[in-house]
Amino acid sequence: MSVARFWRETPRRYNLGGSKCTMCGTVYFPPRTVCPECTSHRQSIEKMVPFQLSGEGEVVSFTVVHEAAEGFELQVPYALALVKTREGPVLTGQIVDIEPSAVAIGLKVRATFRKLREEGASGVIHYGYKFTPLEESGSLPVAVSGERNST
Amino acid sequence: MEAGIVSYGVYVPRHRITPTEIGKVWGVDGAAMGVGLNVRRKSVPAPDEDTITISTEALRTALARANIDPQQIGALYVGSESHPYAVKPSATVVAQAVGATPTLTAADFEFACKAGTAAIQTCLGLVGAGMIRYGVAIGADTSQGAPGDALEYSASAGGAAFVIGKERVICRVNQTTSYTTDTPDFWRREGQRYPSHGGRFTGEPAYFRHVTECAHRIMELTGTSPKDYRHVVFHQPNGKFPLRVGKQLGFTDEQMHYGLVTPAIGNTYSGAALIGLANVLDHAGPGERILVVGYGSGAGSDAFDLETTDAIAWFEKAYGRSVDYFLENGVEISYAMYAKFRGKIQMAGGE
Amino acid sequence: MREVAVLGVGQTKFGELWDRSFREIGIEVGLQALVDAKLSSQDLGGLYLGNMASGALIDQEHIAPLILDSVGLIHRHLPAVRVEGGGASGALALHQGYLAVASGLYDFVVVGGAEKLTDVPDETAARITSSAADQEWEVVFGATLPALWALMARRHMHDFGTTREELARVAVHAHEMGSKNPLAHYRNKITVEQVLNAGPVAEPLGMLDCAPLSDGAAAVVLGPMELARKHTDTPIRIAASQVACDTMALHHRREITRLDSTVVAARRAFDQSHRTPEEVQVAEIHDAYTISALVSLEDLGFVKKGRSGPEFASGRFGPGGTTVVNPSGGLKAQGRPFGAVGVAQVVELVRQLRGEAKDRQVPGASVGLAQDIGGTGATTVVHVLERTN
Repeated sequence: MSVARFWRETPRRYNLGGSKCTMCGTVYFPPRTVCPECTSHRQSIEKMVPFQLSGEGEVVSFTVVHEAAEGFELQVPYALALVKTREGPVLTGQIVDIEPSAVAIGLKVRATFRKLREEGASGVIHYGYKFTPLEESGSLPVAVSGERNST
Repeated sequence: MEAGIVSYGVYVPRHRITPTEIGKVWGVDGAAMGVGLNVRRKSVPAPDEDTITISTEALRTALARANIDPQQIGALYVGSESHPYAVKPSATVVAQAVGATPTLTAADFEFACKAGTAAIQTCLGLVGAGMIRYGVAIGADTSQGAPGDALEYSASAGGAAFVIGKERVICRVNQTTSYTTDTPDFWRREGQRYPSHGGRFTGEPAYFRHVTECAHRIMELTGTSPKDYRHVVFHQPNGKFPLRVGKQLGFTDEQMHYGLVTPAIGNTYSGAALIGLANVLDHAGPGERILVVGYGSGAGSDAFDLETTDAIAWFEKAYGRSVDYFLENGVEISYAMYAKFRGKIQMAGGE
Repeated sequence: MREVAVLGVGQTKFGELWDRSFREIGIEVGLQALVDAKLSSQDLGGLYLGNMASGALIDQEHIAPLILDSVGLIHRHLPAVRVEGGGASGALALHQGYLAVASGLYDFVVVGGAEKLTDVPDETAARITSSAADQEWEVVFGATLPALWALMARRHMHDFGTTREELARVAVHAHEMGSKNPLAHYRNKITVEQVLNAGPVAEPLGMLDCAPLSDGAAAVVLGPMELARKHTDTPIRIAASQVACDTMALHHRREITRLDSTVVAARRAFDQSHRTPEEVQVAEIHDAYTISALVSLEDLGFVKKGRSGPEFASGRFGPGGTTVVNPSGGLKAQGRPFGAVGVAQVVELVRQLRGEAKDRQVPGASVGLAQDIGGTGATTVVHVLERTN
């Protein structure tokens, strides 16, 4: 993947920055510029605001991958899941820090920061979100959202 | 000084390997090595972990605990001897990953195992001078020992992040001083995979001399002696050196107890003394005085005279994990798995 | 809009065609179809070519004029258009060809589909297969196309009790059918046991739950129904040609165990053709993965949601059943050269509806349905075909 193509998405892949429609309240990840849910969807253009996901969610489905995606060969077999976040959006990501055979639908997880792949020994390293079991790793939001201490 | 520790967080990877398991491969009595080094297990990073990911998890923990707005971070430094890139800072990736960019200064530090403590000193300076509101100093490593070398039994992975500031300080820094010389006890040339060391030269002329001299110097500056400290933390390349230097200086095992983490997780290099300090803070109440004497090969020692404030009593550790959790938990793996995780197996394509 | 008929068909063997280049397989099927349709090159109006990944597989984009040129038809400077929609590229090309003839802009068109998967190493072919999934939000995080279908399978098993054995039966059936198809990539019969014990790909899917990487090409000639009898005694009417799309990423679907694109494309196709699933005697559906066939049967309306496992196991969709599924052997046994699949499905239906399918013949077949999927369901194309005699 080109340097620019990956770099462009780091606020999403590193920080789980999504968007929210101020008209209907639906949260999206990755962020959208227009709301598919709003019946008058053209009116939602310019009504979308940034929204920070906490990274917490639960597994709604999973698989254990034996034939790896490119760059993931060293991690085989790895658990890949659909994670429904607390705020609504469903994400696709690896589940780490647990035996793949122990992953189950309903497992509570939170996002963590890991290497996704390297462009060979001399290329750029791509980082992004994976998910770790909440019980073992403890709660840890991706970003402190809500009130900020700005005094 | 006014500046001190506002928050901290630690992360140690999940897997462990024992000296016994390592010794089996090299025809060595690994259990005896472990006893000799006072290392029971060491941590092993997964293939998708590195100094950057460890630093990020530790820093996210620190920021969440004190509810710090990352945009208020004015400086961020990552100290390590296993930065993923030789050129391109770990600090910028970590800064992006915690949402601190773009209004901050950042850089990577290297000084073997004392890169993290050096970063703390720098942050104290910036905060003290009023140049920044919060500074972040991280010490993290995924260090490796050459296969079959003594260091292989102890070199491990982990990191700690400290947020330095003047507000809501949970542990004040009274004094810091250093002792630095050009002493080649342990080094790694550019392009080399594994470090080299001077064998027994790493002991008396290196670790012991610098730690001892620096400890004396700081106690002179603060007018203290060992009995004035509730806790002491030394750099800990194994579980023996710190106990010996502590005893030589006049500290008790009890004072050294919380600060000594290497026996449970191995030597996390730039993370070691900082994880030790974090463990002390996890257990400390208000008004406890702490001495930290780090060490980095090459060589130098940074020392800190610290005291916890009342604020530590209500410091919220709800996020991430405590140091005890990492010391007490972990999943053991075989040497084969360890070799695969650490990239010690030659893969196709010559890479 | 006038009625469109299939006047001629052509297909290569599917498999590892080491000796045949992309151009050669394109030429073979193009000429076969033209000969079968007794179509003079003077009457040909244009070419639609379905292909998913020629750039990645053979470094060649812009392949439609290349094939037109290769079959010797370039001097008339006909239009040639490549159509892409992941694994549904061939079916989408058919839809475009159908629209061209129905609109009256062209009278006769050739619709071809071709792909050369063995011209790259297996790992590259696997990566290219996954290029139909969401690169930025699925693949970059470790997903492969089989892994995404496996996520669907796992949830389907959780919600409806579908078992691995029920999934395996889809593959067993495909090979049973493929054993009778001389053009199939795989002609060996397999057992449920073999499917269950095959090496895992992305659990619960194993090697034998997944279609192979094949080379191959297929083509049809389309023309207006009103002129069809001049070219064939057995014109097959395209009673419906419908396309529906859905979110790219599986994680954005309304329900991960339902292919809304199939539900909607099927509804539109049954509306257009005034038919119901009960009236379909033969169906060529997308069995790239055993789960994709089961979910497709539900979403096409052949069975109630969640019931595909037991219903398929009952034999309803096998020889002698109410609707025979994938008599060609499907993607699993006939093979899966992406761009050729959708066209080959229709080639098989045409042979069935003409009564020319030999020992694969579904007796009395008069209404057929073809369904092809792109990616994990971001595109579905459904065609309904009918015998006219």
